[in-house]
Amino acid sequence: MTRQLYEFNGGVHPEEHKHASTSRPIGIAPLPRILIVSLRQHIGQPAKPIVAVGEQVLKGQMIGQAEGYVSVAVHAPTSGTVTAIAGHAAAHPSGLTDLCITIAPDGADRWIEHSALDYRNMDPSHLRNQLRDLGIAGLGGAVFPSFIKLNPGATQKVPTLVLNGGECEPWITCDDMLMRERAAEILAGAAVMRYMLHSDEVLVGIEDNKPEAIAAMQAAASQCDFPVEVVTVPTLYPGGGAKQLIKTLTGKEVPSGGRSTDVGVATFNVGTAYALHRAVNHGEPLISRIVTVTGNVHRPQNFEVLIGTPLAELVRLTGATRDDTSGYVMGGPMMGFDLISTDVPMVKATNCILVKSLALFPPPPPAMPCIRCTRCAQACPADLQPQELYWFARAKNFGKTQEYHLFDCIECGCCSYVCPSHIPLVQYYRYAKSEIWAKEKDKKAADLARERHEFRQLRIEREQQERAAKLALKASAKLAEASPESPDDAANAAKKAAIQAALERAKEKKEGVTPRNIENLPPEKLQEIAEIEARRAKIRAMAKDAVEK
Amino acid sequence: MLSSPYIAEQSSVSIIMLKVLAALVPGIAVYVWLFGPAILVTLTLASVTALVLETIAVRLRGWPAKPFLMDGSALVTAWLLALSLPPIAPWWLIVVGTFFAIVVAKHLYGGLGNNLFNPAMVGYAVLIISFPVQMTQWSAPLSLAGAHLSLLDSAQYIFTGILPDGLKLDAISSATPLDTLRTQLQLEHTVREITRLPIFGNLGGTGGEAVVLMFLLGGLYLWLARIITWHIPAAFIAGLWITGGLFHISDPDRYISPWFHLATGGVMLGAFFIATDPVTGATTPRGKLIFGAGIGILTYLIRTLGGYPDGVAFAVLLMNIMVPLIDAYTQPKVYGHKQKEPAE
Ligand code: SF4
Ligand code: SF4
Repeated sequence: MTRQLYEFNGGVHPEEHKHASTSRPIGIAPLPRILIVSLRQHIGQPAKPIVAVGEQVLKGQMIGQAEGYVSVAVHAPTSGTVTAIAGHAAAHPSGLTDLCITIAPDGADRWIEHSALDYRNMDPSHLRNQLRDLGIAGLGGAVFPSFIKLNPGATQKVPTLVLNGGECEPWITCDDMLMRERAAEILAGAAVMRYMLHSDEVLVGIEDNKPEAIAAMQAAASQCDFPVEVVTVPTLYPGGGAKQLIKTLTGKEVPSGGRSTDVGVATFNVGTAYALHRAVNHGEPLISRIVTVTGNVHRPQNFEVLIGTPLAELVRLTGATRDDTSGYVMGGPMMGFDLISTDVPMVKATNCILVKSLALFPPPPPAMPCIRCTRCAQACPADLQPQELYWFARAKNFGKTQEYHLFDCIECGCCSYVCPSHIPLVQYYRYAKSEIWAKEKDKKAADLARERHEFRQLRIEREQQERAAKLALKASAKLAEASPESPDDAANAAKKAAIQAALERAKEKKEGVTPRNIENLPPEKLQEIAEIEARRAKIRAMAKDAVEK
Repeated sequence: MLSSPYIAEQSSVSIIMLKVLAALVPGIAVYVWLFGPAILVTLTLASVTALVLETIAVRLRGWPAKPFLMDGSALVTAWLLALSLPPIAPWWLIVVGTFFAIVVAKHLYGGLGNNLFNPAMVGYAVLIISFPVQMTQWSAPLSLAGAHLSLLDSAQYIFTGILPDGLKLDAISSATPLDTLRTQLQLEHTVREITRLPIFGNLGGTGGEAVVLMFLLGGLYLWLARIITWHIPAAFIAGLWITGGLFHISDPDRYISPWFHLATGGVMLGAFFIATDPVTGATTPRGKLIFGAGIGILTYLIRTLGGYPDGVAFAVLLMNIMVPLIDAYTQPKVYGHKQKEPAE
């Protein structure tokens, strides 16, 4: 029986380069000399440090605690001493520093006490909190806290659970190798997800360029005590994007600005399922992940890497640095970003370190004017009109970019990839998005300031009135004996109430005019904002460079 | 520093334009074979003029000349214009047309990518309005001509207006089938009588129909090579054929078969090479259908009811004006959105 598949529009076929890193099994990276654990590894609020410099920590010990709703904990990847809690170059598109906890390993790799969770006999919300405290977040790139996605919410169930083994980006093979080698564990994680979401069906979407992974997952699925359908999907970038995979498997589209659960689907990366299995069935927090190290290296390979391992130590495992190395990218060539230093530590989102050389990744020829050939539109999986977005973004007509659905752009890079005029389109969209967020933030700040100002005015007014009333009271007291139930007091109270009401009205009005697109955002959008915020500084600088050139 | 994507497809504007030029070659070859080598002179003259003007314009803007000359768009414009003009037109006609195409229609509007009107069609329109007489002297098909001009003779005639001794212009030139149809209809002849004239071939004009067929094949190549999508040519042809068909059914003596319209003049060149100019055409899939159909319908109406022999150029220009409107109202549904929302 083959499942009916649907097609998403657009997409491109970049050269895959996957074989480079699949000829060797997953290697276990040795303990690095130092571990730098970022407190901002997930979308949402960074974790709050709960250890002090000089403190001894055990492997798996929580060192940063979730803060706020959209947040998860971080843990010591090995036993050792905390040597610093300070800003450190981080794996961010912006190249900004993040608060990190540095640990000098003691070499003993001593675990903290941990045990499997008896999840079937736990209160669901307690179970979710446990997962938050075990640091589980999406490993497909978005790093969204998994405990939030594992909440079936008001509908009580999410009928379709999709495991994403698409892995459509060129060069990256960490999910492929994980599926080949640890298929049963992935499905053990899926069992927990299925239980938490009360799902009816479990689908595993894998692109047809990974026959070994498909075979391994099929074999594991046949051993499962619940039905799992391993679905082979055509290889077409960005077919492994959550929205595209959902469309391919179910024909449904995730509503703009909404979540996949709106259409009854939850998607998790296969790596997340694996991490969930380690957490639930072994009590292990998320302290390591599989990372592909490939590109301009001698022995490309996948490694199981401790979170916090510095880039240089990881890349060294593939042999000496080649002379023509021109940079390091985290992620793939379509959506990854440059890392600014070789000290940058691995984070939960690091699926691949792509080592660049000019020969492998030649710089594009100079951009030419847009000839409106619409190749970009034909390649866009979000069905946007990238040429129009480009036009408006370049003209800084940000309102128009929103009308043309800028925020539905998933920054997949297909448009830039096909543009015959070599226009860095995505760069313009990132820039436009960051400008819009910045403006809306400024506006909010301004609104807040105005509110404060108005409030102050009202207070001054009120105080004046009160003073006048007091004077009047005194005056009247002189004239006659004042009773405690003086009518003046009642009048005052009424006045105060009126002022309070006016104040509230003013506030409401102000809140009513907050810009669209930022209100009632689902967590996925918030995560996008956070990402974009992070990119802002750098992109602005880059755009300024480009404009001034 | 650039951000992702770090890889790109092997494509460039130059490659696209080269493929367009290549797709024109079979049509040009048959043209030479059936009408003589004069068209080669015209093509060369238009190309040289276009490149010179493009260089000057790009320099004046302070842009680097090389990438813009290499993009090939000026050559495409020059060829499309030359192929729309009579092959034995005087040299200055070509130069003036090319000037209006490259300098006025393209660069005064901001250069590559910014022009509102199809440059080649602007050049053509200016010429047919200003020099109607020169624009109607076409080479006769060799099979009907009294004499043949060699390449040198053609060049001499184009540059000096002097024909080899003893040769009359009548011997080498003739009106096009479209012109003939128009004048004969005005003389109250019926379509059936008119199409017996030797200038009429099986479907279109003698010789001309073969050239048109080659342009059709070239166009199909562009489609297969993904240089163009099917929307505009298909809608253009359908619009012309259906409109022509309706008129034809209503009065076959007055309105010639729609197949004739498809096989004559600039229709195939227009449908596959001119209307598909990305810069000046509609960009959305539905917009392309409307744009193409509009050109087809207008071409027919101008040919049949208007004052000019061929309507493709004016039809294209008229629809060029409509493009922003068409695009705005035909925005496709975006992933995750329910219905189509017009983005004014
Ligand atoms: S692919 Fe490039 S040149 Fe073509 S329409 Fe898009 S942005 Fe313009
Ligand atoms: S980057 Fe955005 S606009 Fe470009 S193809 Fe991807 S979704 Fe479409």
